[in-house]
Amino acid sequence: MNLPVIIKFVIDLLAVLFLALGIKGLSKVKSARDANRLAAFAMSLSVIGLLSYYLGTSGITIQSWIWIIIGSIIGSLLGAILAKKVPMTSMPETVALFNGCGGMSSLLVALGVAVFPISNSLENFDFFKSLINQVSISVSIFVGAITFTGSIVAMAKLQGWLSTPGWTQSKVRHFVNIVFVVASLIAFLDLINGNTSSIWLLVIVSSLLGIGVTLPIGGADMPVVISLLNSYSGIAAAAAGFVVDSQLLIVAGAMVGAAGLILTQVMCKGMNRSLVSVLFGGSLSAQTTASSGSGEYTNITSCSVEECALTLEAANKVIIVPGYGLAVAQAQHTLREVTKKLEQNGIEVVYAIHPVAGRMPGHMNVLLAEADVPYEQLKEMDAVNPDFPATDVVLVLGANDVVNPQAKNDSSSPLYGMPVLDVQEARTVFVIKRGMSAGYSGIKNDLFDLPNTSMVFGDAKKVLSDLIGELKDLGVGEK
Amino acid sequence: MSFISLLWVLLLGSLLGLELIGKVPPTLHTPLMSGANAISGITMLAALTLIVKAEGNVPLLIIGSVSLGFALFNVVGGFFVTDRMLAMFSRKPSNKK
Repeated sequence: MNLPVIIKFVIDLLAVLFLALGIKGLSKVKSARDANRLAAFAMSLSVIGLLSYYLGTSGITIQSWIWIIIGSIIGSLLGAILAKKVPMTSMPETVALFNGCGGMSSLLVALGVAVFPISNSLENFDFFKSLINQVSISVSIFVGAITFTGSIVAMAKLQGWLSTPGWTQSKVRHFVNIVFVVASLIAFLDLINGNTSSIWLLVIVSSLLGIGVTLPIGGADMPVVISLLNSYSGIAAAAAGFVVDSQLLIVAGAMVGAAGLILTQVMCKGMNRSLVSVLFGGSLSAQTTASSGSGEYTNITSCSVEECALTLEAANKVIIVPGYGLAVAQAQHTLREVTKKLEQNGIEVVYAIHPVAGRMPGHMNVLLAEADVPYEQLKEMDAVNPDFPATDVVLVLGANDVVNPQAKNDSSSPLYGMPVLDVQEARTVFVIKRGMSAGYSGIKNDLFDLPNTSMVFGDAKKVLSDLIGELKDLGVGEK
Repeated sequence: MSFISLLWVLLLGSLLGLELIGKVPPTLHTPLMSGANAISGITMLAALTLIVKAEGNVPLLIIGSVSLGFALFNVVGGFFVTDRMLAMFSRKPSNKK
């Protein structure tokens, strides 16, 4: 073994260790930030290791340097700009976009190796002659393409650029997707037979498959899909590792792939959806309109901001249930103002965070943290549910499905069995909402019909700032 | 590396991933997903290899460069965005006191 090989070996080993420690550290609030930096450091270390290895062995031509620098600068710059500019509310879409690009990168590497066999120059590796290589190239392209188009569709749907086309809810979509799967299998077999040009068929068909699989999935299930696609991009990276014969890529890709799967599982549990029904069941709202259909409210009580303020002033304990609507209205800071006033009046304020509040597990925590809400006031669902009977006022802000009692009471409801916050147990519930539109699942919310629920109609931010005014008039938080 | 030992690497890497992510509070799921996502941009190493090994083959250089760009977009963006999210958590205690 010569020196460059040893150096690369040591650096790779360190990089794997740091990456593993990074992922581990990301699972604790205290260490998460340092862990993220450690992982970033490990990534740069791995680049240095690879470049120094080539410098010490084959050397890197000026031409190669130029293309390396061009690619790096453009990619890093765009990534950094987007990461700095994007609002916190669009986090899920952003992760989807980044993820898709990772998949695209794996696809391009495999495609490059497949189309321009550079066999004799890549250490004793005989491209396109060994079966293993053809398989790993095919897997890398297949998974990479699905990751890319799937993530882009997911992003477009979350951004509201794409809606769910009607035909994708019919059984036709299964047929179409099966055709894509069969076609990619044919392309794969053809590739192994030595027909290099069928690689293009594989690229096209697997890209279409990514679209075909993601398009029918409703917005509510999108986080699960993104998490799954995140896992795929890890698999694509591992496959690319087989293509270029890099253990580091395989380890890191496998870690991300496994981690993504676990995370997907956790999200499914939180939404009471099985992965199978997310992937093949189509949009939840489409099922509902087909099965139950009736969505008429009979007993809606609406009230003014003033009444709401009066009730709040008399309360001892208030629980806030924030949902995505709050984030969309950018009202988390205004909400913080309201709760500050209540706290100054000696009222106990707690935030009840449903596992899938916002659009991803943990998304709401990020948004509230942005508004300076103390970490201790955020309570997980299981911790806060026993508190509702002893609570005077619950403020539901832009949340809907996660407070629907149907999930507990109505076994015919598509929501049945989903863990929900038992807000109806509280003495008074105020639901701040723009109108009577249904939640993400498109299902009628029985909570709104209950006698202890009052609706305060209006934009969350507007209602909250009015509430501040009313509380001020009542002298709350003035001492 | 023989194919078999690469398979071992794959197996052990997967087991490591399963074990590492086992217990995470829901609070951290979004940052974790975004951080793990950044790591999946490790394909940048494959892209680099492609460019170095291209030996003047311009189409291959271009493919490698574009691939590198995509991967780094994922890596740099992913880590920055994760840091932005986590900064909000760690800021908390110091602000309160």
